[in-house]
Amino acid sequence: MKLFLLVAGMTAVTYLPRLIPLLSLSDRKLPPFVRRFLLYIPYTALGALIIPGAFQAIPGHPLAASLGLAASGLCAWLGGGLIPAVASGVGVAFLMLWLQVG
Amino acid sequence: MSKESSAPGLHAGDGFRTGFPILVGYFPIAIAFGLLAKSATLTFGGSLSFSVFVFAGASQFMALNLLKTGVAIGEIIIATLLLNFRHLLMSASLAARLEGRNRRFLPLVAFGVTDETFAVAATQEGGLTIPYLLALEVTAYSGWVSGTAVGYLIGGILPPLVQASLGIGLYAMFVALLIPQCKKARSIAALALGAGLINALLGMANLLSGGWNLVAAMLIAACLGAAFRKEDEMEEERA
Repeated sequence: MKLFLLVAGMTAVTYLPRLIPLLSLSDRKLPPFVRRFLLYIPYTALGALIIPGAFQAIPGHPLAASLGLAASGLCAWLGGGLIPAVASGVGVAFLMLWLQVG
Repeated sequence: MSKESSAPGLHAGDGFRTGFPILVGYFPIAIAFGLLAKSATLTFGGSLSFSVFVFAGASQFMALNLLKTGVAIGEIIIATLLLNFRHLLMSASLAARLEGRNRRFLPLVAFGVTDETFAVAATQEGGLTIPYLLALEVTAYSGWVSGTAVGYLIGGILPPLVQASLGIGLYAMFVALLIPQCKKARSIAALALGAGLINALLGMANLLSGGWNLVAAMLIAACLGAAFRKEDEMEEERA
């Protein structure tokens, strides 16, 4: 019962922030400032999701995480697709952990 | 006229294709969640219901930790709400780019908005359609739910070293989504870097919880960008 209440409550407070903007904004003409602001959100969200969290993604091994991310970034910069970029990052991190550097 | 609305709309097939890296990234994290839920003596159904109904990784891990320390469920729900305020901004950003006026499926689309599905959808060139978003989200969701079940039932099938290195998978995906955008326009790199620095500084200042820091960093950087730059300038730089 207690768990049911917890899951139901968490579902509600997770779902409503996802739902309300979609329902209320999706057929509305927005003022230019608000429109620009919303079009910039993906980039600021990505920046804030990556820094600083990504460097702590492997607890106790910030160097392995950083070099893995650098490998992914380089691969993406050179025009590799999403999957090669992620695979090279995970691969480099694995190598670092396996060789026990970083 | 923005570039998004002139590009052709994305199809369901694009959603399955671009959702696949999220599925792969979610799977090991969901395994870890299933394992942890089991060790917190939750039932299989209870553990799975978190992933099926809540579908929010960070919140689910937080809930398990708080449950273990005996925090009241009301407090866990409030903490979850605070952690998920960022999705208000993400859903609003998607709404501004959504094509088609069929509102019937919006409640379903809303359920699948996560950091990762948002990041992938928002960095696509084509028009965001409801079939694309639903296909993307279903793909990601299947990785999350199946991973939870596998983690609970089979446990640590992945060696610890592999599990640890997969931990950067979703962050690597964020980096790989962001870099091509930064190549297109310096202003995008500035927005992302600015938000990251604000988030890091807020973290060091240690005044608010991590969830609020993220929301504040997104808000401040996007407001500054919107105040100091016109959209057409960014489009020119992109071209």
